[in-house]
Amino acid sequence: MMATFFQQLVNGLSIGSVYALIALGYTMVYGVLRLINFAHSEVFMMGAFSGYYSALMLGFDPAHPAEFGLLRAALVLAVSMIACALLGLLIERLAYRPLRSARRLTPLITAIGVSILLQNLGILFFGANPRPFPMIVPETRYEVGGVVLTNIKLLIFAVSAVLMVVLHWLVQKTWTGKAMRAVSVNLSAAKLMGINANKVIAFTFVVGSALAATGGILFGLDQAKIEPLMGVLVGLKAFVAAVLGGIGNTMGAAAGGLLIGVAEQMTAGYLSADYRDAITFAILIGVLLVRPEGLFGSSKIEKV
Amino acid sequence: MLMWLKRGAMAVVILGVFYGLGRALEDNVIEYVLRIVLFCGINSILAVGLNLINGTTGQFSIGHAGFMAVGAYTTAYTVMHLSEALFPGQAELALGQTALVFVPALVLGAVAAAFAGWVVGVPSLRLRGDYLAIVTLGFGEIIRLIYNNSSRFGGATGYSGGRPLGLPIYTNFFWVASVGLLVVVLIGNLTYSSYGRALEAIRDDEIAAEAAGIPTTKLKVLAFVVSAATAGIAGGLFAHLQSTIQPNDFKFDKSIDMVVMIIVGGLGSVSGAVLGAFFVGITLELTRDLSEYRLISYALLLILLMLFRPEGMLGTRELRIPFVNRSKIGPA
Amino acid sequence: MKPPPLRSRKLSRPLTLLLGLWLAAGLLGALGTLTGCKQRPDENATGPIVVGAYLSMTGSMATFGESSKRGAVIAVEEANQRGGVLGRKIELVVLDDQGRAEEVGNAVLRLIDVNGAVAIMGEVASTLSLVAGRIAQRRKIPMVSPSSTNTAVTQIGDYVFRVCFLDPFQGYAMAKFAREKLKISRVAILKDVRNDYSLGLADAFEKAFKRLGGSIVGIESYSAGDTEFSAQLTKLKPSLPEGLYVPGYYTEVGGIARQARRLGIKAPLMGGDGWESPELRNIGGADIVGSYYSNHFASDQPTPRATQFIAAYRAKYNEAAPALAALGYDATLAIIDAIRRAGSTHPKAVRDALATTKELDAVTGKLTLDANRNPVKPAVVVRVTEAGEVFEAEVPPE
Repeated sequence: MMATFFQQLVNGLSIGSVYALIALGYTMVYGVLRLINFAHSEVFMMGAFSGYYSALMLGFDPAHPAEFGLLRAALVLAVSMIACALLGLLIERLAYRPLRSARRLTPLITAIGVSILLQNLGILFFGANPRPFPMIVPETRYEVGGVVLTNIKLLIFAVSAVLMVVLHWLVQKTWTGKAMRAVSVNLSAAKLMGINANKVIAFTFVVGSALAATGGILFGLDQAKIEPLMGVLVGLKAFVAAVLGGIGNTMGAAAGGLLIGVAEQMTAGYLSADYRDAITFAILIGVLLVRPEGLFGSSKIEKV
Repeated sequence: MLMWLKRGAMAVVILGVFYGLGRALEDNVIEYVLRIVLFCGINSILAVGLNLINGTTGQFSIGHAGFMAVGAYTTAYTVMHLSEALFPGQAELALGQTALVFVPALVLGAVAAAFAGWVVGVPSLRLRGDYLAIVTLGFGEIIRLIYNNSSRFGGATGYSGGRPLGLPIYTNFFWVASVGLLVVVLIGNLTYSSYGRALEAIRDDEIAAEAAGIPTTKLKVLAFVVSAATAGIAGGLFAHLQSTIQPNDFKFDKSIDMVVMIIVGGLGSVSGAVLGAFFVGITLELTRDLSEYRLISYALLLILLMLFRPEGMLGTRELRIPFVNRSKIGPA
Repeated sequence: MKPPPLRSRKLSRPLTLLLGLWLAAGLLGALGTLTGCKQRPDENATGPIVVGAYLSMTGSMATFGESSKRGAVIAVEEANQRGGVLGRKIELVVLDDQGRAEEVGNAVLRLIDVNGAVAIMGEVASTLSLVAGRIAQRRKIPMVSPSSTNTAVTQIGDYVFRVCFLDPFQGYAMAKFAREKLKISRVAILKDVRNDYSLGLADAFEKAFKRLGGSIVGIESYSAGDTEFSAQLTKLKPSLPEGLYVPGYYTEVGGIARQARRLGIKAPLMGGDGWESPELRNIGGADIVGSYYSNHFASDQPTPRATQFIAAYRAKYNEAAPALAALGYDATLAIIDAIRRAGSTHPKAVRDALATTKELDAVTGKLTLDANRNPVKPAVVVRVTEAGEVFEAEVPPE
């Protein structure tokens, strides 16, 4: 009984950590641009696929996964993060920057367009079929008190925690982070203070996309399969996590991700698997109606 | 009194023309093409309705597929049970009998969708901009998931009315054209009336409108409910063009299709919505042969449109709308 | 603050013109197909006889569609090499339905109205066959499904046929295998609620397994597209099942196997023909090895006729022939054979000939269609190994 509960909890925290990584990207971009970057879920997907291809190019052999080594695995992660950072930059430069002064609706639709475009480019180049993800970290299973853990789940916890600490340090303790916070409070005032808004926004996309790429690789390792449409549902849930935590708030995004992961797993485990997705939307609606600024956000008064 | 008689006579004539045209098309045009035309017509109804809330009132809703679903399921369910009740055991119905079953079913579908619109609208319309968009998205998906888990309506595998041949195919040119014209006329008149002007005021500056004495919340909810009802009617027509309706027919993709229609046509323009609907319907079919490249071109089109011509084909201008006073449509 | 008005940037005029022209082109194109249509192709014509196929060539079930199409292509090529039928060549027109019910209608109508198909072949997924079958029945064009196993499909009407076994039988076959060969009595079921096929099989298996003296210790469900099954599996684990029946598609089964083994569930998995794909082993890896599924034929226990087909498939496509390809072949063969026996391309005549198909030498066995337009055939059970599937047993019809 208790073992089952802890099992569901562990699994929930594991998937929740992936949601958290992706949610951070959503929340940071919304913070600086007030834009819901629908295409972010596809950056996550591209992260998984760039991991796939870089692993193969670095000589991964599915018959002998253990020979790949930790160094090359780390390289795969680095390559994927860089690739997605570039993708994020490209999207920002081509699709969002020209619309910076347009009314809010326009870039929202554009974001949806980019999302659909990337999904279908993925289908075109990678094929719609799911494919097995190279186990660059071979999976070993442990059992602790009736609860099954794997080294990959531990890796997910560790990597996400480290990245979130790094991000927190970045946003709170560095000059760039300060600039990011300034831009998210008031873009025009920040520009008047001498902050190069374009550079800051670009940087935000780079960081967010790199985090999404990491999420993609971790997700691929955990699920062992990837496909071009994998970002759709995962991205949506990560987005809800960002809203739950308070969109624009990095700590909130992390907390939101874990909460959504656990809620989803518990619902599937104790209520019914059919409601797994519905619970996420129910949480979304609940949050927006009861406390739209999220758990950690602050409500803004609209001045006329 | 005389005016109403004149209007009544005109309505009968128009219905007769549509009926005749419908029969002529059915006899001379291949079903494949006619079906596409019908889909474009249903799209138009969806677009015109959505335009009222997104375009005219400026409240961004991206979950309207949910209301279409409510209308579709309610109409189908009503049709199956009503035809059993009124004409038990009869497989095929004559036109008069069809009307007796279909019209109340469509009305009920619209009412159900309007109710759903009210339930969603009242709490959601307190939010602005992006938040409203996300909430409507969430509600749209929840409605779909409710149908997905409902065994009465066939769950994930869909509702086909429990008959081997599926839902009866009532939707034809006559119904789509008649209902379509009705919807366009009603919404056109609404848009270019004092209510419409108030809605536009809400779009342009909600706080100023409130300060000027416009009951913004009431009107927003009204527009939302009306647009949900039209989506419901479109859903009902849709249901009786297919033999089955499934929750998968009403995914987020459908909501996005509707949004694309009104943006391509021109956000805020009623005739633009119809143009956009036809455009999307025809494009999706013409590009069928492109297979993998189809959705890629669709997405590229959307992005290019937003970058270079966000006001779509007509912007806020109008072509002639039948039965709407031309003089009321002011300058763009 | 008032939002900035939508302003068009450069290229506005040309773009509007372009959009307008596009719309006009579309309408003209539509009108263009009006001319000369509304007449069915003449029975006494001399051009090629069109056999239509509507399959999922894109979308998540693209492998199923591709396999079925390949089988059909071989059938048509062989027939044309022998001089065609009624002195005319056969032309296979394949349209993609993207695996979506909404598109199926368009694809089928196009095959009937624009391509003038004499008969149509499709689909794999029962949900899609139901939609198409209703249109085919209404338009009185015979339809033969290669691999839709849900009972409701041929119940639509007398113009709908199939060449594969039905789900009630498939579920029974696995239940019998589990009881008699695996000798297990406690099975849990994990089914896909998005899928008629999966629900039908789960239901059939449950009924048969109980009838044969076994017990079902738990039933959970998932949705096609899910990647997380640990919640459901964690729920099933405490009842200690000796077998896990997962009648879904290969896309999820691989992941289910991994997560089940990860949670410590050691019981073998069992499934249906939806498992068949090279991706099954790619995704499931070592965790799916040792599991079983029911299928239409086993490529390592072939009859001479099957050997011939397997060789032809390998020569053309350089890989082992999946069962779906064999069924695609058989469905198309049945249509071609019916046209020959009918001596005409009139849909009614073809339909009548199809209904009397008897002992047709098909790849998956001698094909005879019964009064409900379903074939009477055995099922095979195969076991998954590292290298491929191996034949385990044949289950004859009840």
